[in-house]
Amino acid sequence: MRAGDDAVIDVGGLDRLIVLLGERGYRAIGPVARDGAIVHGEVSGADDLPAGWHDVQAPGRYRLEQAGDAELFGWAVGPASWKSEFFKPTETLWRATVSDAAVSIRLPPPPERPLAIVGARPCELAALDVLDRVLAGGEVPDDRYTARRAGSLVVAVECGKPSSTCFCTSMGTGPDAGPGYDLALTELLTGTHRFYVQVGSEAGADLLDGIGWTPATEEDRGARREVVDGARAGMGRSLQTDGLAALLARNLEHPRWDEVAERCLSCGNCTLVCPTCFCADVKDVSEVDGTIERRRSWASCFDVDHSYLHGGSIRPTTSSRYRQWLTHKLSTWWDQFDTSGCVGCGRCIAWCPVGIDITEEAAAIRASDGAVGDVGTP
Amino acid sequence: MNEAARSLLSGHAFLAGFPPEAVELVAEGAQVVTFRPGVLLFREGSPADIAYLVTGGKVAIEVHAPNRGPIVVETMGAGDVVGLSWAAPPFRYQFDARAVDEVEAVAVGTAPLRLALAENPILGFLFLDRLAAVILGRLQATRIRLLDVYGTSDAG
Amino acid sequence: MLAEAAPRAGPAGPLVPTPYVVVERREEAADVVTLSIEPAEGSAPTFRHGQFNMVTSFGRGEVAVSMSSAPGAPGPVEHSIRRVGAVTAALCAAPVGSFVGIRGPFGSSWGVDDVEDGVDVVVMAGGIGLAPLRGAVRDLVVRQQSGRGRAFVLAGARSPDQILFDEDLRAWERAGVHVGISVDVGAPGWTGVVGVVTALLPGAPFEASGALALLCGPEIMMRFGGRALVDRGVDARRVRVSLERNMQCGIGLCGHCQLGPLLVCRDGPVVRYGGLADELFMERNR
Repeated sequence: MRAGDDAVIDVGGLDRLIVLLGERGYRAIGPVARDGAIVHGEVSGADDLPAGWHDVQAPGRYRLEQAGDAELFGWAVGPASWKSEFFKPTETLWRATVSDAAVSIRLPPPPERPLAIVGARPCELAALDVLDRVLAGGEVPDDRYTARRAGSLVVAVECGKPSSTCFCTSMGTGPDAGPGYDLALTELLTGTHRFYVQVGSEAGADLLDGIGWTPATEEDRGARREVVDGARAGMGRSLQTDGLAALLARNLEHPRWDEVAERCLSCGNCTLVCPTCFCADVKDVSEVDGTIERRRSWASCFDVDHSYLHGGSIRPTTSSRYRQWLTHKLSTWWDQFDTSGCVGCGRCIAWCPVGIDITEEAAAIRASDGAVGDVGTP
Repeated sequence: MNEAARSLLSGHAFLAGFPPEAVELVAEGAQVVTFRPGVLLFREGSPADIAYLVTGGKVAIEVHAPNRGPIVVETMGAGDVVGLSWAAPPFRYQFDARAVDEVEAVAVGTAPLRLALAENPILGFLFLDRLAAVILGRLQATRIRLLDVYGTSDAG
Repeated sequence: MLAEAAPRAGPAGPLVPTPYVVVERREEAADVVTLSIEPAEGSAPTFRHGQFNMVTSFGRGEVAVSMSSAPGAPGPVEHSIRRVGAVTAALCAAPVGSFVGIRGPFGSSWGVDDVEDGVDVVVMAGGIGLAPLRGAVRDLVVRQQSGRGRAFVLAGARSPDQILFDEDLRAWERAGVHVGISVDVGAPGWTGVVGVVTALLPGAPFEASGALALLCGPEIMMRFGGRALVDRGVDARRVRVSLERNMQCGIGLCGHCQLGPLLVCRDGPVVRYGGLADELFMERNR
């Protein structure tokens, strides 16, 4: 087995794969159905996976329904993204004790067991690539992020059932799995319940050899193609990306920003569920015993204090903050990181309490490119 | 000729005592406009191509500071001219102007006005003479405000 | 041009401060204190004019402060800090012998190291904005004294008692550099210029063509100052400003300092005015 090869395994093989990950010292995290959503949890076998669960998503709406079938990956994405495993919601950067004579700074221990992700969607592979550029690709990488990424293993699962909020095809991030996986699975339900496997790396090949596999036939490859083509055809919505960055950059005064601000609660849900949002607060905390801790935790540009500069916030209005989020995600991300910030996962659409749709907002601006609000002309 | 504009202009303080030809000259191409509260009449840095002779409501002249928002430096009302930067290069508005409440004004195109005044030096002198008085008044008032006479320091 | 030095990381990485000791403190005007600091161990890294450190007051927090001393000058590194909040108040009160934490140097520089011989360099500073320019001016004075080009310093303050670094200003003037000082409001005994800092431009006989202009101060001042310099004939692309935004990590990872396409800590704080800052200044609440 080598990178680029393909194979087939059955559900038993998937179970053995997850077991093997544990045996090899990985912390295996996969999708689990809990609290009415597909979230991430530790998995020790295929029984932990969300068999029979299917999601129904729409702007501001997410429902999980149990159909009683054996399909393990018959859902799109839940609110959790893999970002939280590599870029922790809260993290201690250092601790210090200060006396008159000296400052003693202690670093937190390195990450525990390496991480194995089971069930990363193609859009999530793209999101990890984006985060790699942001957090690891600059002159000064986040060394805790890079350490976690370096030791990790990724088993991707291609989508068969996109939701109405998905638009990965518009962003070029799916439904085929792009680079970034060690193994990529496609669940095949026609004939026997099995998985078509693509090998992405030596580590993936090694894992596959460890559990055993059967050769893929042309029929298997055809069945996989049908699943992926079906997902492409059933994509929930689309975002026109031609010239989008420049379009948004020249429409900073568009009246749409004020219009969406009338609906936006500035709650920041979208930034929490987004797999690429990376803003973080860095704060120093004093303990009762005098120890000082510097903590980094997830922040949101929708927080009015996010842009606080002595005297006040640069972005005091919901309109300016929504504009910051959207133009960063779809426009200035290119200037900063040479890629779009959006991977088309649709989470922000489903998890917005008022159902604001990023694709609709971009389309509305495109439809009246150049419109200007609030400056009088006679 | 816009009759509504001409009628409003003939009663406007900026043109008080001017001969009828002066009012006609300004009214040529002028339009009566209204602004809803909160709307910007013009933005700092943009070309000063319109002068607004305010006939109703209040207009705030503002400077935008990044973390303090818009700071009002003066308010204008009926009888005032908003937008004076057309009087000298670089012919760009130096401040924002925002309608505080419902504003009615006569909007005058400044490029054609300058041309017309250049061709009619007598009216041109009358005009700039009146403009000088308006600007002097605002300058003197601004200097007095700088003294911060209401403050508790010894500066006043 | 706007050369960026590679960010320095202490041995424990760029997110962990290096302990420094306050070896001297000086109360300046206008709620400003200058701290002279030295590493508790080893020597301080070199930096370029206009760069900043993230300065930690242990137990309170961290703020971005530009170096106000000249790079390569003998002696400790200086930071002039204005008291505007809890962390800066603590730093301004830091006694000699106490510890602060330093991460850096970060950010882009004024680029005075490689300014061509013969060009005039105009420095326009408002209030605390003179601090990030002080090191650059010291080196520009040396440049002028060695005949490589003239320097013009235009400094604005709110009132005479708020003029910063007045000893330096007088020393620079004695060294032959053109120094103009203006205050917004006068006071008894003040015989200098009262007016906005741009009013000092007509009295500064620099050759606009080819000149390099460096601006630092409140954004409104840089906005009007940039325009005034361009109206005077300075090439807008040779005008540089120092931007300020909420900075928390200092290394482009936390997102707080974003200004449109820029991450100010990484792509600034010194940026070109013409074709970049002039447009960004016009965008409201960006």
